[in-house]
Amino acid sequence: MSPASGFRRRFTALLRKEVRQMLRDRSNLAVGLLLPVLLILLFGYGLSLDVQNAPVAVALEDSSPSAREVASGLQGSHYLAPVWVNNMAEAQALMRAGKVDGIVRIPMDFSRQLAAGEARVQLLLNGADSTTATAVEGYVGGALGTWAQHQADRAGGKPAALGSVLVVQRMWFNEAGNSTWYLVPGLLVLVLTLIGAFLTSLLIAREWERGTLESLFVTPVRPLELVLAKVAPYLVVGAINIVSCLLAARLLFAVPIRGSLWIILLASLLYLLVSLLLGLFISGLTRSQFKASQMALLLSFLPAMMLSGFVFDLRNVPVVIQLVSKILPATHFMSLIKTLFLAGDNWPQILSNCGVLLLYAVVLTFATRRTLRKTLD
Amino acid sequence: MSEFIAFLASSVAPSLAATLAPILALIRKELLAIVKDPASRAILFAPALVQSLLFGYGATYDLTHAPYAVLDQSHGAAASELLARLDGTGVFYRATTLTAPRQIAEVIDAEAALMVLSIPPDFENRLARGQQAPLQMILDGRNSSTAGAAAGYVGAIVADYNKTRTGGAGITVERRAWFNPNLESRWNIMPALIAALSMLQTLLLAALSVAREREQGTFDQLLVTPLTPMQILIGKALPSILIGLIQSTIIFLVIRFWFRIPMNGSVWLMYGGLILFNCAAVGIGLSISALALSMQQAMLYTFLLIMPLMLLSGLLTPVRNMPAVLQIATYANPLRFGISIVRRVYLEGAGLADVAPDFVPLLAIAALTLPLAAWLFRNRLA
Repeated sequence: MSPASGFRRRFTALLRKEVRQMLRDRSNLAVGLLLPVLLILLFGYGLSLDVQNAPVAVALEDSSPSAREVASGLQGSHYLAPVWVNNMAEAQALMRAGKVDGIVRIPMDFSRQLAAGEARVQLLLNGADSTTATAVEGYVGGALGTWAQHQADRAGGKPAALGSVLVVQRMWFNEAGNSTWYLVPGLLVLVLTLIGAFLTSLLIAREWERGTLESLFVTPVRPLELVLAKVAPYLVVGAINIVSCLLAARLLFAVPIRGSLWIILLASLLYLLVSLLLGLFISGLTRSQFKASQMALLLSFLPAMMLSGFVFDLRNVPVVIQLVSKILPATHFMSLIKTLFLAGDNWPQILSNCGVLLLYAVVLTFATRRTLRKTLD
Repeated sequence: MSEFIAFLASSVAPSLAATLAPILALIRKELLAIVKDPASRAILFAPALVQSLLFGYGATYDLTHAPYAVLDQSHGAAASELLARLDGTGVFYRATTLTAPRQIAEVIDAEAALMVLSIPPDFENRLARGQQAPLQMILDGRNSSTAGAAAGYVGAIVADYNKTRTGGAGITVERRAWFNPNLESRWNIMPALIAALSMLQTLLLAALSVAREREQGTFDQLLVTPLTPMQILIGKALPSILIGLIQSTIIFLVIRFWFRIPMNGSVWLMYGGLILFNCAAVGIGLSISALALSMQQAMLYTFLLIMPLMLLSGLLTPVRNMPAVLQIATYANPLRFGISIVRRVYLEGAGLADVAPDFVPLLAIAALTLPLAAWLFRNRLA
């Protein structure tokens, strides 16, 4: 018998066993297919960084027409929902109770100051939610700026001796600045990370705990064959998830897919493989289901969510954190998938990121194989 | 130790001792099972420290040193002054200086710059003639929140610059932020982690605890002991709650003394909230544990829950931005209220009356899931 046919025979036998095992416990498969659907819906409909209708208390202490006009300027935008109050005490009570995100105070001497050229408006923000606070600051500033501009146009009077700078803003890849567009590609990364972590991280640990791995030692099965047979069935489950994520991104959330679909599929499969192998490696390394599941949570899911550039921009963090994030396969896939979705095919990036993922796949395969050496210690 | 406590207790109230002693023995056994080897101990406590440091530096929406590129074709004094103002904020640093328009796409595509400022050749002349001079700002929208923040900064700097040129008139907004004067997102995210990071592990710990015994067959033995389901429940729940609190404490200390985020509220109130929050989380974990037939299943169900719990908690995106239906769904999420209590007590200095509304859902979740788990212990075994 040639070595190749021996490999094929042993591999198919192992594969059949793994597939049966996967199918026998339906919960595994059910969760594997249900989780992505759940996440797709949550991502598309539940997560948003776009602040809308943020309640702000407006304390109008000056009743002059210009002050009232300024205040009513806050009403026009759908980003702000002004709540009219009579005095600052009332406004502060609302803010303490968490009912409003900020307070706009138009002071008593507003119109007098305005006549003198420069008027102050006080803005108080609840910094406990800094994301919303920053957004509200921008909206209020914008609304007041628009009013001042109108005012200047209406006055029409003195032409400026010196010109002014006008910012022409162009947002590439995501013209509307819609946060769904940037969160949904990240969904693919999180789903594949989770799939890898929870489908494979217990596979070897369980066999160690039950002693079934030791019984394999007396067979001619080689560690590498075992690794491949354990990963293969879950590649199929993961592939289904990739397709459902892509369909949802395109059909439900209308996120553009500007890069080549084939490259997206290929890169996703590659990351899926890395993710499954990482789970398997953790499993072989810890040899205990308890430790394996904790490690999977700590090494794959949490870093993928917090350090991969999913919501937090990595260009903006200290170098040490950038280096740590570069160790994670998820970071490379995150950067690639966002570019492929929103920007298009960028070959230097495709090649370098896929190269890194491929390297991970090879390293993890051999690392996992080492954890399966036939020793009893 | 447990014998000693049992002895002490029996000398005080014999009936109480008879109830407490077996629970204490069980708790001791559970804790030993969890932390008996160094690797398990390390897994439970070291990550809390490492994560709070890593995430403390990495999890931020603020621009601190965002790379940008410039294509200055005017080479004039006005452009130089504007760029000097930009560099002076400390928010941006100039990653590259471009020489040709085609390089704009290159640096943006390669993610080398968050934005490119393109200053046209006639910029200086237009300004001198009293006209409006357009300055083009090209942003990488792949991360729309940093792009939006960068646009906001540049807009403010340019407005300020215009004002100094034209003499200035209009409205100044005087901003003051409560509880977080510089509006740092770290102040917002880190206190939330006191609840979030510990929940993930305690949930999993609780979920695996009964499932493991069931897989190994020792749970049957536990059920034939004279322990009531309630006693088993307490014995199983307390160790997880304790470990969750220790993890929270590690994260809390890092935030307070390493990142120096000032605490405005009462430590006792925060811990009160954390204890209740942990009870609710462990109740969910033990219910999963009682439903699962194997450790594999317990882990699957836990992971299935963890994502929605994290995403619908207000950790990364504010709950108020969610659609109404999902906002209602968050009432079943202990993490939402755990985060709310910690954030409000820590940052806002909220008192018991302020956060009492957050205690109620947690109490309800704990009061529902803990007895459910006890009931399932008996009834799922057949």
